[in-house]
Amino acid sequence: MPIEIPKDKWPGSVKKVTLGATTAEGGTRSRSVTVGGQTTLPYLLFEAPTPNKPVVAIEIKSHKPDDWSPLLGEVWGDAMNDPAQWAKKAEEAGADIIVLALTLADSPEDAVKAVKSVLGATGLPLIVWGPGQAEKDNDLLVPIAEATKGEKIMLGICEDKNYRTIVATAMANGHVVQARTPMDVNLAKQLNILITDMGLPADRVIMDPTTGALGYGIEYGYSVMERLRLAALQGDGMTQLPMLVTPGFEAWKAKESKVGEGVPEAWGDWKARAIHWETLTAMALVESGADIIVLRHPESVKRVKDAVEELVAA
Amino acid sequence: MALSGIQIYKMLPQTNCKECGFPTCLAFAMKLAAKQVELSACPYVSDASKKQLAESAAPPIRLVTLKAGTEVKAGNEVVMFRHEKTFYNKPGVFIRVKASDADAAKKVAAADAYKVNYVGMDFVIDGFAVEADGGDFVGAVKAVRDATKRPLILIAKDVALLDSALSLLAGESALIYSADASNYEAFADVAKKHKASLVVTGDSLDALADLTQKIQAKGVEDIVLDLGGKNLSEWLQRSTQARRLAIKSNFRALGYPVIFFAGQNGAAKEPVYAAQAISKYAGFVVLDTFTPELAYALLVLRENIYTDPQKPIQVQPGIYEINSPKPESPVLITTNFSITYFAVANEVEGSGLPAWLVVCDAEGMSVLTAWAAGKFDAERIAKAIKSFNVADKVSKKRVVLPGHVAVLSGELEAELPDWEIRVGPREAVDLPGFMKQALN
Repeated sequence: MPIEIPKDKWPGSVKKVTLGATTAEGGTRSRSVTVGGQTTLPYLLFEAPTPNKPVVAIEIKSHKPDDWSPLLGEVWGDAMNDPAQWAKKAEEAGADIIVLALTLADSPEDAVKAVKSVLGATGLPLIVWGPGQAEKDNDLLVPIAEATKGEKIMLGICEDKNYRTIVATAMANGHVVQARTPMDVNLAKQLNILITDMGLPADRVIMDPTTGALGYGIEYGYSVMERLRLAALQGDGMTQLPMLVTPGFEAWKAKESKVGEGVPEAWGDWKARAIHWETLTAMALVESGADIIVLRHPESVKRVKDAVEELVAA
Repeated sequence: MALSGIQIYKMLPQTNCKECGFPTCLAFAMKLAAKQVELSACPYVSDASKKQLAESAAPPIRLVTLKAGTEVKAGNEVVMFRHEKTFYNKPGVFIRVKASDADAAKKVAAADAYKVNYVGMDFVIDGFAVEADGGDFVGAVKAVRDATKRPLILIAKDVALLDSALSLLAGESALIYSADASNYEAFADVAKKHKASLVVTGDSLDALADLTQKIQAKGVEDIVLDLGGKNLSEWLQRSTQARRLAIKSNFRALGYPVIFFAGQNGAAKEPVYAAQAISKYAGFVVLDTFTPELAYALLVLRENIYTDPQKPIQVQPGIYEINSPKPESPVLITTNFSITYFAVANEVEGSGLPAWLVVCDAEGMSVLTAWAAGKFDAERIAKAIKSFNVADKVSKKRVVLPGHVAVLSGELEAELPDWEIRVGPREAVDLPGFMKQALN
């Protein structure tokens, strides 16, 4: 007698969110990217297909960062001095989306200029991150949202401290917000409630549940994401949003990736280790339900994209 | 699968005789379900019920132990997701060598000597697999056994070869690979003779379940499954299905640990394949490549995934040196919750600024949680400063409190009268800026 495989039937599903607007949709992107739509746990094809496969974004900065690992300097080279050049190279490296991270040194005018130059250099959808301080984020993101009306970019970081300003400008200018909360299911839900209560439709919100790198707390991010996705499938509307994760940012902050000297011999070859660190951090999060994976090194991009292709293969 | 109290109650005499020490059979059943009493406390339970209850108490995934000079355990898992309880037995990481490889023993010796420290724990490679591929298999097994004391997996199609090789491993519990529908009888016999565990392979879960039952009937209990499949998608689905059948449907024929060969599509894909196997239910992961950097990354991933989510990981309280601090470098205070520690240590380390980081024993809680629970107060902080002899290391008696516990600064001044108390930022990410601007 053949074995009966237990299959889960879920009442809920993840909402679809689209980033980027093409000319026909009121923007200038050559294509848009849709994520979400899942009706079961990640890649369980015996239950349901994966409607939209997860995508890889590459993080670039408005100014050449002085605190990035030399290994990243090696691969991006002079392009790091010019966000437009960098964005082009990132597209060549396989990015589906560009993440432009602004710095505290940027004035609103500089920031708008950087965003426009990136939009001009690539047809990919864009995510823009403020420098990560609520007030400064507001100062930079509002003029950017206005200057790019209709492009359907994603504005980050939208946190409990500044969500009102970011959400208001996203609503007024047709953008999407990246709702970030620190590794906690209830905080994530709460922020989504606050955001949608302002009137922004849920299909214009992507959750960023945050994570730690491999060895630096990844198990918390991993389990929070599994729990969020389970809650979404069980029908909890305020968790039914696609998830963005930042393994590039986290892994390259870790000593294992960042530095090659003064570390134990048992850590092995620096470059190979750095790529493993970023790739394995990303893979664990892919397994736990990530929809947008933000990376930094082209080799990790290739490995993660290859893995995703295998996971969605019928 | 574990029975509920009501299900157990139906199997009890239902006489409420009280001889077990509980007022009713139902109360006793509830205690049994919670595994707080032994069934033997009931003098009147029938043999049939005894048998059924013992079966229900057996783990849904059998514990398989490989033994030589060291031990590796797999199985005994009870949940699909780590947050539901925890994952118990970390998958054994093995390195495969081929018998024809003249350097096999040398490679084994190098990997055998590997040791890497991660937050105070030493990780090693768990064992080795030797594959017969022509050449002198028995000789290779002997050479590998001389090079390591760890458990072995023997891979061969020829049962006679396995028999001879296993004779060299008297007193050990090895794992042999693999029995299929065409050869399982001979493999089961040799496994039984040498007290080895046996891997079964099959094209489908149906074929595997059929084989495990036949092998069990021949008296071999310690079985490991190779689920087959050709890519990440198939492996994920099959391992999920096998685990679900075992745990949720209590399907004994697939209630065994799973072995996975990560190098089967080449070295380039091996790291990613091994990573999925670690997250998604493998009991043994066999690598074809040994490099320190890959071993370190995978062993850390395994540790993270198998950490008990019910117990916060703590770091050892103490004074940590970041970026080679000097006597005039600042003293920062935080708690011993690992994530809190990592957040603070990473930010400071990344900034390149030297500092002394004093990690207080807050019972593994984060700053705010510990403060709310009364585990992170002025008294504890002062005790840490004193017991770690911080004053002997610094020239400037100044400590920086996390911004979230600014309220403690007054009390801390009273506890540490000759120290300057400064209130730092609330979030670790703002520490480098604070250290540059406010601490000069």
